[in-house]
Amino acid sequence: MSQSTIDREVLTQLLRESAGVEEGVDLDGEILDTPFVEIGYDSLALLQVTGRIRREYGIDLPDDAVSDAETFRSLLDLIQKAPLIAS
Amino acid sequence: MSSAVSTKSAQSTSAPVVTGLGVAAPTGLGVDAYWQATLAGRGAIGPLTRFDATRYPSRLAGEIAGFDAEAHIPSRLLPQTDRSTQFALVAADEAIADAELDPDRLPEYGMGVITSASGGGVEFGQRELGLLWSKGKDYVSAYQSFAWFYAVNTGQISIKHRMRGPSGVIVTEQAGGIDALGNARRQIRKGTQLVVSGGVDGALCPWGWMGQLATGRLSRADDPAGAFLPFAEGANGYVPGEGGAILVVEDAEAAAARGATRDYGRILGYAATFDARPGAKGAEDDQLAGGAGLLRAARGALADAGLEPGDVGFVFADAAGLPDLDRAEALVLARIFGPGGVPVTAPKTGTGRLIGGGAALDVATALLALRDGVIPPTVNVAAPAPGLELDLVTEARPTAARNALILARGNGGFNSALVVGA
Repeated sequence: MSQSTIDREVLTQLLRESAGVEEGVDLDGEILDTPFVEIGYDSLALLQVTGRIRREYGIDLPDDAVSDAETFRSLLDLIQKAPLIAS
Repeated sequence: MSSAVSTKSAQSTSAPVVTGLGVAAPTGLGVDAYWQATLAGRGAIGPLTRFDATRYPSRLAGEIAGFDAEAHIPSRLLPQTDRSTQFALVAADEAIADAELDPDRLPEYGMGVITSASGGGVEFGQRELGLLWSKGKDYVSAYQSFAWFYAVNTGQISIKHRMRGPSGVIVTEQAGGIDALGNARRQIRKGTQLVVSGGVDGALCPWGWMGQLATGRLSRADDPAGAFLPFAEGANGYVPGEGGAILVVEDAEAAAARGATRDYGRILGYAATFDARPGAKGAEDDQLAGGAGLLRAARGALADAGLEPGDVGFVFADAAGLPDLDRAEALVLARIFGPGGVPVTAPKTGTGRLIGGGAALDVATALLALRDGVIPPTVNVAAPAPGLELDLVTEARPTAARNALILARGNGGFNSALVVGA
């Protein structure tokens, strides 16, 4: 099991720093189950943040699984269940 | 009026009108700041600060100082844009606001975006390729997939303002700003209502600097007032800068139909030529020091506009800043207008040459000169070199001109000319 320390707060911060925030969107609000496209994130934005998670947390997320994660909650779930890269 | 609008989708033959301007220049961010500095003859060439250039043979540039990207660029776009793309977005925002254009109220496929570029997001690309080389592929930004690309300014403007009509990018080195406007006119003639055009460029990073140095045309001077001296006896090369201009170009009838209030002038004539390869030049090139292609472009634009040389009130010169190229341009102008026969200016002496953005900024500046009836000065040049029969404008000069000619040359053989009229 992953020893991930990524929770909602951390993932929000990573998204903010990696891909910015769409005007009028509050990432601390009720967005957990809102499709990413509706809060301004496309697949590149998600690749940008999962790339950083791979580098900084050693968590490897398959690109296919990332593109299947359509909401913040499903991405967070994917991260928390993912195995660590052996280092 | 309404019948004219309903039939315009087929073809339009009247000259398109410029209804909005946006400028990002070393001498001023925004049209008003830039124009005031230009009229006052204030230059912005100085030592390069974007990177340590002390060990490079050329160390001066025209930089846009104090740019606060976070204040101008939406958060989502910050991580995915090169500095030059950020300038392009700022200039496009200004031009679209100036035109009082609400893209949501116009057909998205009736609005295109055609800009000029040289290398695209070069500084962004250098950073990411550096990461790829030094750390590996996992460290490369996902946005490198497009942020480096020379069409990126067109793409980002198109996405941000939902303009999905005919769009593209022109890469003809420093002639590009005029060629983009020529292509915008072509699309408008074919039925597109409006094109956001011009160009904004800049690559003041080691990779971009190498590309400029390789031309062998850069000044190696360290004195900002003695580095870029087109037509002067001390001409010793040019100084690159960053920035450019974005223009909203509209079909004249469509602009009237939507109630556009700004009218900076019309694009009356355009022509572009390509030089013969060295050694293949003809007799006219011998007489014009290699300027035959530039002569054909200038004459072509005048003919396209249906104007005689006497109808042109002033010329914005390409102003290469190298003795042989300056001489060719002066000979071309003397051939068309007679010796000293037309006022000639080069406000780019204050900004440096802006590569894909320079000619677009010249066109915007010429339109402002027509609007206000004043020709802005060439700075740092006291007088033309002996032998150049040129009426060079070195102090702001009043004019009653109705039409202006803008010339541009791009390294590699590109010559372009545009005629604009009030």
